[in-house]
Amino acid sequence: MDYGRSERPAGAAPLPTAIKILIAGGFGVGKTTMVGAVSETRPLRTEEVLTETGIGIDDLSGVEAKSTTTVAMDFGRITLSDDLVLYLFGTPGQDRFWFVWDELALGALGAVVLADTRRLADCFPSIDYFEGRGTPFVVAVNCFEGARQFRLDEVQAALDLDPGVPVVLCDARQRESAKEVLITLLEHAMKLREARRRAAGD
Amino acid sequence: MTGRGESTEQEWVDDHAGPVVRPYAVTGGRARPVTGTFDLISLVTATRAEVGSESGLGPEHVAIVGLCQRILSVAEIAAHLDLPVGTVRVLLGDLAARSLVQVREPRATPAGLPDEHVFEAVINGLRAL
Ligand SMILES: Nc1nc2c(ncn2[C@@H]2O[C@H](COP(=O)(O)OP(=O)(O)OP(=O)(O)O)[C@@H](O)[C@H]2O)c(=O)[nH]1
Ligand SMILES: [Mg+2]
Repeated sequence: MDYGRSERPAGAAPLPTAIKILIAGGFGVGKTTMVGAVSETRPLRTEEVLTETGIGIDDLSGVEAKSTTTVAMDFGRITLSDDLVLYLFGTPGQDRFWFVWDELALGALGAVVLADTRRLADCFPSIDYFEGRGTPFVVAVNCFEGARQFRLDEVQAALDLDPGVPVVLCDARQRESAKEVLITLLEHAMKLREARRRAAGD
Repeated sequence: MTGRGESTEQEWVDDHAGPVVRPYAVTGGRARPVTGTFDLISLVTATRAEVGSESGLGPEHVAIVGLCQRILSVAEIAAHLDLPVGTVRVLLGDLAARSLVQVREPRATPAGLPDEHVFEAVINGLRAL
């Protein structure tokens, strides 16, 4: 559990840059497993407390008057270098808590949408969300039983993805596999970024 | 690793005062930090090796200074203290107002994506893991 420097006197080198990637998808699809596979510690858990309306996040002033809800997020840390720290956040349930999703997605490099071929439709809400927001994403088909019976282009068609969106097979339990998915996402996000820059520039 | 209990924790917890009462007490009922915004991945480091119980600082403030002898994100601090992020933001605001912590907010990129060199650095860093 050593995160590097143990002592940090005032006036030391500037703090590292922190960035994040989201791991999304339906219930039980392997989000926490993937976060854990590639992070340097086991997944941590943090909670946001929301008021009933979801408008006043963390507004505890009226707590006696009830109606708060707790949203849990799993996350992990990968210290890439002295000046770069990557955080992976598993997104909370897809059917509500969009308020928390907005907070998570703000500034994210991109998102991995995990899919299970036995219930592909479960990842529709995640895909809709990232498409609507313009967040770069890839679809990673997790290796549950039967995953290999599907061709990736069939998954692509079934999910009605834009042709450029990568669809890859993965095993969320394997560190190397999770790393490959993240690298595929980053390369895709870079391409998108370049394309958008060109579209805006001419 | 986490179990199936996760899903029930996402239910409304109206009648489940436990996790809410302690944070309320910790911040004295304050909902917002006196200063700062504190993104989940804002990085925090203490500016001192330790603080005593100065007036106005509680045990949770002291605990944050202890944790932040190494560089931690707001989310990590909240996870280690087992407090909601909003509560930790309030406590960090108190510490920042006294210059007891230094905070680096992530680059805000609401309109676009970060620099190409950030992507390249992340890809290279992942490959090297
Ligand atoms: N066979 C197989 N099982 C997996 C794989 N990935 C995850 N699992 C298992 O699937 C179950 C659910 O995984 P989680 O990582 O908890 O899924 P999750 O998306 O975080 O679940 P929720 O947060 O509850 O929505 C666990 O029992 C994992 O061990 C995989 O690639 N193959
Ligand atoms: Mg999970």
